[in-house]
Amino acid sequence: MLNLTDRDRAMADGGEGPARALAMSILVRMAGVYHAAALMDISQAHIDSTIYLGDATLEFAERLASLGARVAVPTSLNVSGVDECGWKDWAVKPEWAAKAARQMLAYQRMGAVPMWTCAPYQTHMRPVFGQQIAWGESNAISFANSVIGARTERYPDLLDICCAITGRVPAVGLHLTANRAGQLLLRLGGVPAALQQDDQFFAVLGHLVGKLADDNIPVITGIVVSPAEDQLKAFAAAAASSGRVALFHMVGVTPEAPTIEAAFHGRMPTQIIDISVADLRAARRELTTADGRELDMVILGSPHFSLAEFGLLAPLVAGQRVHPRVKFLVTSSRLMTERARETGVLDPIVAFGAQITLDTCILASPMLPPEIKTLMTNSAKYAYYAPSLLDTRVTFGSLADCVRSAIEGQVVRDESLWQSA
Amino acid sequence: MIAGRVIVPGEAEGESLVTHDALSFWGGYDFHTGEIIDKHHPLAGVRAAGRILAVPFSKGSSTTTAVLLEAVRAGTAPAAIVTTGPDAFFALASIVADVMYGKSFPVVSLEAHDFASLRTGERLHIDRAGIIRRKE
Repeated sequence: MLNLTDRDRAMADGGEGPARALAMSILVRMAGVYHAAALMDISQAHIDSTIYLGDATLEFAERLASLGARVAVPTSLNVSGVDECGWKDWAVKPEWAAKAARQMLAYQRMGAVPMWTCAPYQTHMRPVFGQQIAWGESNAISFANSVIGARTERYPDLLDICCAITGRVPAVGLHLTANRAGQLLLRLGGVPAALQQDDQFFAVLGHLVGKLADDNIPVITGIVVSPAEDQLKAFAAAAASSGRVALFHMVGVTPEAPTIEAAFHGRMPTQIIDISVADLRAARRELTTADGRELDMVILGSPHFSLAEFGLLAPLVAGQRVHPRVKFLVTSSRLMTERARETGVLDPIVAFGAQITLDTCILASPMLPPEIKTLMTNSAKYAYYAPSLLDTRVTFGSLADCVRSAIEGQVVRDESLWQSA
Repeated sequence: MIAGRVIVPGEAEGESLVTHDALSFWGGYDFHTGEIIDKHHPLAGVRAAGRILAVPFSKGSSTTTAVLLEAVRAGTAPAAIVTTGPDAFFALASIVADVMYGKSFPVVSLEAHDFASLRTGERLHIDRAGIIRRKE
């Protein structure tokens, strides 16, 4: 039975305007789905509903905006359906661009911050440990819960904005300490440090963990390296694509898992699975759906490229030139790209012949012309979704492999580490 | 007869389509055609529009809900969704479709053994109490 506060009831009854009433009515019905006993406050939100798909997503956004909706907590916006500055360089149809821009405007009118990124945890709106938040965007949910230790349920589009408008969420799931305990133990055995240091490792491991975890909270042991933030980002995105991982614990790495006992809250795992190098090799193979060496485009930046990733790419491409038959595209936010420009790491990337798409990505905006059939990426999320969404074939490889392939005009991968491990 | 737990109430009848693999509708369902398009999924290429889709739970993208809402608007959504637990992503799509278009679809959750008894190609009827009946 759901107990609402007087304020909740006032919102539902229209005392704070029709937009809050609509948002609260959806929230109350969802509280029933979650079997919540109460609603609770959040202090931040991230809105994945910005992604324009068609008339329904636009009508929902414009309905809320036209009712005068305003967000009640600091709220960042996820990627949109169009790069407002660059869409004309691509196959985006003007009608799509116009409607996607209307959807962007609708959410901006609600007072949300136009970050336009799927990596909001790499902006100044990064939440802190223990903070109660309502986030959409599967990779961001997983990162915020696991790497930062902030607390969000796995929010779907359309509900994230209702939470932001009311400042309330059902008091259930990953908001509550008791529900954050690990359930499934995944033990890495005999995976050498050299392989763990490879820049594909955490994306591949995430892809595998997503498949193994089902609807459980996985706990990973056996990590012997100190992953960079962008490697944990790649892991989170991969596990939230091949699976539904909204929280993971990596013992010795993530903040709620200083020890295996802490990760499981002192309880026993429901299941234990050992992960071998052979399992990782198989998972890596799955991320490649292309055969042969044909290459139309290298695509980087899902989740959106960070300043550190621009910094890693710059020296690899400095003084080189992308092959004339191949496109090289990086997707990021306008804010992050501006920072890369200011720090000087963008110049060599642009001189190399790379293009930058801002505030969206190739999955959220129908921008690729039909002649682009073969992609190469270091992103497990791109590798997972592009074959289905874009009818393309993908080769997964390291950042260095992606650059070398772009220069040579065909897929080349350094397999030595993965074959010998 | 199977007694399910009502997640979102409603009545539906249609041919069952059963999978034991979770599905993301974003990158997994084409709302223009009602077809499952996730090439990693065993049902890739199968049309789910108008059918009673039994899928244990959603995975992947938060945009699953928005794709399903588009499908309801376009008339390409499954007639009902049957799961193994309350799945917020599917439930929300039905609730928002009701709010926006007065068109919701039933979402019913089953115990694991009841879910395991479902087969593709059966004619099923779901009532507002979550009772699933096999039709001749």
